Amino acid sequence: MAGQSKLSELFIKCKLENRAALIGYLPAGFPNQSDSIKIIKAMIEGGVDAVEIGFPYSDPVMDGPVIQEAAEVARNNGITMAKTLDIVKEISATGVPTLLMTYWNPIEKYGPEKFAHDFSAEGMEGVITPDLPIEEAGVWLATAKENSIHSIFVVAPSTGDGRLKDVTSNCSGFIYAASSMGVTGTQTNVANTASTLVERVRKISDTPIAVGLGVSNRAQASEVAKFADGVIVGSAFVKAVLQNPSDPATAVRKVAEELSLGVRER
Amino acid sequence: MLTDQDIAGKFGQFGGRFVPEALIGALDELERTHNEAMSDPVFLAELAHLNATYVGRPSILTDAKNFSKHCGGAQILLKREDLNHTGSHKINNVIGQALLTKRMGKKRVIAETGAGQHGVATATAAALMGFDCVVYMGEEDVRRQSLNVARMKLLGAQVVPVTSGSRTLKDAINEAMRDWVTNVADTHYLLGTVAGPHPFPTIVRDFHSVIGNEAREQVLALNGKLPDAVLACIGGGSNAIGIFNRFIGDAGVRLIGLEAGGDGIETGRHASTISGGTVGVLHGTRTYVLQDENGQTVESHSISAGLDYPGVGPEHAYLHDLGRAEYRSVTDAEAMEAFALLSKEEGIIPAIETAHALYGAMVLGKELGRDATILINLSGRGDKDVQTAAAWFGIEL
Repeated sequence: MAGQSKLSELFIKCKLENRAALIGYLPAGFPNQSDSIKIIKAMIEGGVDAVEIGFPYSDPVMDGPVIQEAAEVARNNGITMAKTLDIVKEISATGVPTLLMTYWNPIEKYGPEKFAHDFSAEGMEGVITPDLPIEEAGVWLATAKENSIHSIFVVAPSTGDGRLKDVTSNCSGFIYAASSMGVTGTQTNVANTASTLVERVRKISDTPIAVGLGVSNRAQASEVAKFADGVIVGSAFVKAVLQNPSDPATAVRKVAEELSLGVRER
Repeated sequence: MLTDQDIAGKFGQFGGRFVPEALIGALDELERTHNEAMSDPVFLAELAHLNATYVGRPSILTDAKNFSKHCGGAQILLKREDLNHTGSHKINNVIGQALLTKRMGKKRVIAETGAGQHGVATATAAALMGFDCVVYMGEEDVRRQSLNVARMKLLGAQVVPVTSGSRTLKDAINEAMRDWVTNVADTHYLLGTVAGPHPFPTIVRDFHSVIGNEAREQVLALNGKLPDAVLACIGGGSNAIGIFNRFIGDAGVRLIGLEAGGDGIETGRHASTISGGTVGVLHGTRTYVLQDENGQTVESHSISAGLDYPGVGPEHAYLHDLGRAEYRSVTDAEAMEAFALLSKEEGIIPAIETAHALYGAMVLGKELGRDATILINLSGRGDKDVQTAAAWFGIEL
């Protein structure tokens, strides 16, 4: 599969253009079903290269207050797996690589095989599973492979050397490097711990590396783009929606435009 | 590649470790430290010393002769964990994990709490051993258990009210996990029940198994034979595992866990995870969970803050599937009936959590008759519940 997906083509293209890819995250159904699709499309118009759609979950232990709030809004407005499937279909039809980020229980409840089948049929190319350690991922890895879905795992600054090899060798599409120890949306000096982690991964893997957690503006995107293949931004987009209820799409487009300049400033 | 079978910490299909990558290193360190400690005579001696001179162990066994007449005349033996320092079984696990914290060289502990008993126990151990202590507690529980909030503050802990989700124990655990992910280098998450990712279900069981070890000897000394059944209330299930553990090999002894039935399972407003839930993943472990068709956790309901949890320890899920333990549901009203009876008949005000197990004995005693012996883990005292009970029974304060 690798090399044939839009996601893999994206990283090749970015390498040729000497820049990092910009990966934008927004929760499905936030603030509601129809606006959610418009806002994600605005994010793409603003220059996001790949979209990571989050499935809002009741117990998001990896998420800070901003994304927690968004997930709660989306859940109150009735987001379901079936509706998320509709969003994936709409977004992947734009031609942009489309990924899903979800905690494990919703996949387990849906049924991993049915999930892989249904979502890949609508154009989903990869899944990020932030609370599924590699030791618990045996069934999922086999299912993802069978359905040509990239399985993307997170590595953290605390991940030891031996383990780093295990996790990264099971990643496809890209490796998600957590910039710091913490939850989403935390404001930290991203670059130092992230560059060390990316260096460690480079030594053992040829898979592209995208950095997430705490990247929220053009300057940070530019810093991270100097050493990573991709920059993942979530909370900054969610914040733009929360702070601009009258015209969230325009606000999100502007954030994307700024960030897309950042990932080109190496 | 690793397979599921290579992983420690599984109870059949249950248990395991479903956590962010950032926590794996800390869980590995904790597992290693626990394994080393449990075979270190110096550690075990220090634990035994604290249990004897600080916690107040062994806890006594009380033959509840008056309460017995409400239980079909069966002999009712109460394992008095309510008499432990801080008023419940929770201190057993806390002292053990506090010693592990010291061993790991960490200086800060965080904890979740529902009824406040685990929070109070953690704040107590932190005061004793000089740790910084932060306790996460759902805003709803802060209101229900204001006395325990004050106790924690007096002990020097910071209590953080959690306003997300259902504002109860489940959300306090989420918030504690977020703190831990961020501060894992110097912080130990002192988890209070036999749930959560491996190695917590094993660690918490090990430190509470002293309950069953003592009780089995005490019952044998008193009766010359084992009890017919061992009963305990189940939220996450720590007091139940603590008293069950030593009896699991005694095939003739029935093990019965009493879950919180709230308004009744049929109403959907309950916390009976095994009786009314389905298999899923919550808070890092695979177990029975109250969830909807999208895998979203459903809010639990119980008059008892300590049982108000939509998951359950993975070992209980396993014992249930094996058929080795039985799980029954007791409603709010039934628990409060038992709460009043034990108070009036024996002069012992139990925690509302514990009252669920007492009601279970009232039903089981009638099933088994007067020749039966029922051992109940009297897991906590009811001082913290006086406000709730007064409101329930219409007593003016």
